[in-house]
Amino acid sequence: MTTTVSTRDPRTQFGRTATELLEEDLSTMLVYAEISARFFGAATRHHPDRVVNVGIREQLLVNVGAGLALTGLRPMVHTFGTFLVERAFEQIKLGFVHQDVGGVLVGGGGSFDAASAGRTHQAPGDVALMDTLPGVTIHAPGTAVETDRILRRAVAADGLHYVRIVEQTNAESFHDAGLHVVRRGAGATVVALGPILDDVLAATADRDLTVLYAHTVRPFDTATFRQVLTTPDVVLVEPWLAGTSARVVSEALRDVPHRLLSLGTRRLELRHYGTPAQHQRAHGLDAAGIRRSVDSFLAA
Amino acid sequence: MTGDEKHDPASYSTLDVIRVLYERVLDVSPDLVDDPGRDRFLLSKGHGPSAYYAVLCDRGFFPESWLETWASFDSPLGHHPDRNLVPGVEISSGSLGHGLPLGVGMALGLRAQGLSSRVVVLVGDAELDEGSNHEALELAAAVGLDALTVVVVDNRSTSYAVPGRIAQRFATEGWHVATVDGRDHDALEKALAERGVGAPSAVVATVLDEEDAAA
Repeated sequence: MTTTVSTRDPRTQFGRTATELLEEDLSTMLVYAEISARFFGAATRHHPDRVVNVGIREQLLVNVGAGLALTGLRPMVHTFGTFLVERAFEQIKLGFVHQDVGGVLVGGGGSFDAASAGRTHQAPGDVALMDTLPGVTIHAPGTAVETDRILRRAVAADGLHYVRIVEQTNAESFHDAGLHVVRRGAGATVVALGPILDDVLAATADRDLTVLYAHTVRPFDTATFRQVLTTPDVVLVEPWLAGTSARVVSEALRDVPHRLLSLGTRRLELRHYGTPAQHQRAHGLDAAGIRRSVDSFLAA
Repeated sequence: MTGDEKHDPASYSTLDVIRVLYERVLDVSPDLVDDPGRDRFLLSKGHGPSAYYAVLCDRGFFPESWLETWASFDSPLGHHPDRNLVPGVEISSGSLGHGLPLGVGMALGLRAQGLSSRVVVLVGDAELDEGSNHEALELAAAVGLDALTVVVVDNRSTSYAVPGRIAQRFATEGWHVATVDGRDHDALEKALAERGVGAPSAVVATVLDEEDAAA
């Protein structure tokens, strides 16, 4: 655990790190679909053959990335998560996974960055969808520092990685991929995944609970989870579709009778605009909402 | 070799094109399957792969004994080819509209690495129904991917055919376009051997014999 304070937002950091990686590693290429073009100007000028804007063509975006990988390159593929994962899901399933080639998919926007844009620009189901595919490493960095480290690690690694970049951030950055013990207590264990840790900490500040955090959510760090667990009450908090990670908790505790509360975005059409903070509240994912759910779960 | 009957016309219609590519045009052989500089053939229309398998077998990519058990549980040869199971197969295909976008990515990747290999993608006329192809053919022309060739095997299988539309579609985007008799090996060789300058190439191979017309 480190205490580096983030000064840059994760999306700007993604642009910066991607540009540096193109400079440092000749096997990398960047493919994007208009979105975030403002971050890639220098990279495009310096590496015109290794930065490709495909236009507003997301099916093509993903399969171009896969085609690059088929020639031995390491592609970074980027647009908003909804267009990357949901619109072009078959391209991810067949272009990357079925061909058995890797790459780094970087989805922006998450569940509610685009709160005022409405449902068309929101992808609370992206992690769940990616989790249907075998062998995908899924990251949800909670700070700019984590974004930088995760991107560098994912590009240097093999296989298919999905990196979920959003505006919400945590105060602290954590280095390694596994579960981090942020607070140790005698009672239930709360698992915070991605940029929801600060809300979880605020919601449970006066409670004798264990709080765990991970930015890399697949594979799930089962070993640490089992090792740390005291009482078999588990609260899972993830800022995307509620229940997405319930299956990994269930698998981790298959031989342990346990109770599980899964918090995340609700399975409904919200049909409200406003701000990300308002959406977080509407899904019960602000500190007060998490507090209410945890209290009610533990009182039961 | 027998297979899904409805896919037989798809298979026969591609035999001549695939033979000409492997026998006369492409720089690829069993010795080169891992050579970064090899030419790539992508069978995008992955259904009816018996012609493809027959040619790969004939060229020595895998033993003839594989053909006898195709589509059985342990066979590497399925009704749609898998690049992870069959030597020489560049892409796993079956779902239509993926080969051309993958080919665009491959051509971009080869260009970025300074490799002059060609990428030849075979699609069917009905496969062009899939919008993903149109995303790919627009970008390929826009970025001048002259390593890329698309062979459209036109056996009039699309439900909503417009005469001449395929060639026009590619020409409108700036592709080099040739339309040839898809059974004429010399004409196919001439059209497929040409690599465009500054723009990708499309070869519309018309295949209309009675068998196909009745399909």
